[in-house]
Amino acid sequence: MKVCVTSEGDKLESRVDPRFGRCQYFVIVDTETLQFDVVKNPNIDAAGGAGIQSGQLIAEKNVKSVLTGNVGPNAFQTLQAAGVEVITGISGTVKEAVEKYKKGGLKPTGGPSVGSKFGIPPKK
Amino acid sequence: MIISIASGKGGTGKTTVATSLALSINEEVQFLDCDAEEPNAHIFLKPRIGETKKVYIPVPVVDTERCAYCGRCREVCAYNAIAVVKGSDGKKGSILVFSNLCHGCGSCAYFCPENAIKEVSREIGEIEIGTVGEMQFIHGRLSIGEAMAPPIIRQIKKYIDKTRTVIIDAPPGTSCPVVETVKKSDFCVLVTEPTPFGLNDLTLAVEVLKKLKIPFGIVINRSDLGDKRTDEYCKKNDIPVLMRIPFRREIAVAYSKGEPIVKIFPEYKKDFGDLFRKIKDEKPR
Repeated sequence: MKVCVTSEGDKLESRVDPRFGRCQYFVIVDTETLQFDVVKNPNIDAAGGAGIQSGQLIAEKNVKSVLTGNVGPNAFQTLQAAGVEVITGISGTVKEAVEKYKKGGLKPTGGPSVGSKFGIPPKK
Repeated sequence: MIISIASGKGGTGKTTVATSLALSINEEVQFLDCDAEEPNAHIFLKPRIGETKKVYIPVPVVDTERCAYCGRCREVCAYNAIAVVKGSDGKKGSILVFSNLCHGCGSCAYFCPENAIKEVSREIGEIEIGTVGEMQFIHGRLSIGEAMAPPIIRQIKKYIDKTRTVIIDAPPGTSCPVVETVKKSDFCVLVTEPTPFGLNDLTLAVEVLKKLKIPFGIVINRSDLGDKRTDEYCKKNDIPVLMRIPFRREIAVAYSKGEPIVKIFPEYKKDFGDLFRKIKDEKPR
């Protein structure tokens, strides 16, 4: 089974990115073998609709669940339409997230955990 | 002649200048308040509204019988307002339209190979048309929860009567609503205040106007407060300072009661008349 973890880096040891739509990387992990693919998020700088596009991208990866910090309303709706469950409140490394997931007990969220535009980075 | 009053920074005195300017011109005037997110010129001009019109934008509705979930609409949508989830294992796909992000451009319907997208009207606000004495007055109001002012602004600007002197009160900032508002103006007055914030945002507004190739000049409000950097900036960049309005408590008090400057200090009519003449002189720059 495959899950998608939002990540700040491209390794299993990278930290979980607390954002979904504008996270740095999506790490798609096979929970049995821990083999993984990395997708660099092309929607980081989208003016709007980043969550929708990221949701759509992940929907096409045939994952069962998304493990992330937070999810906004549009991304949540898109993932839900694709039948992908979203588990929020995840932190630590990608590997730790997957291990926690495998142990069971993580509950999918019933709705978005943050409002629109949550993931827009502060101006430099 | 179309004169827009913009600012960059909010709260510098756009409406103060626009309303008093409109009341000081001895010509037929048309006043447009294009700050559809927060129209306030009516508080000062107190127009008699004769007509109200709803503003709609076209948004897509998908016929899911026809839709092949090919994703073409989503590819062509510049605003990421459509998600298409392809079906798998005999499951039908699904398509989501996020109307709040839709700008009503029509690309999705145009490019749909299955002809499965129809556009329907969605109300996003209204415009009101009225008079202030001889002056024509039009403003627009975006509905609560809506995000896109430009369609309302376009609707307001359709009423522009070029036989009159058109004064347009613009929204603050430098984003789409401002560009939509000042576009095709013959001249733009940038109202600023001599503070670091005022100057920072003035600089941004100047860049926008240069790009749009609209002639412009500056009005410095509360001109005796703050510092000299705004003046230095104008001098260095050869930008004309058309008027200075020193800080007066009475002006602020009048503002809070919805009274234009020229109403409480009629002597300002001459200053705003001078401003209008200077604008006319500056125009060919």
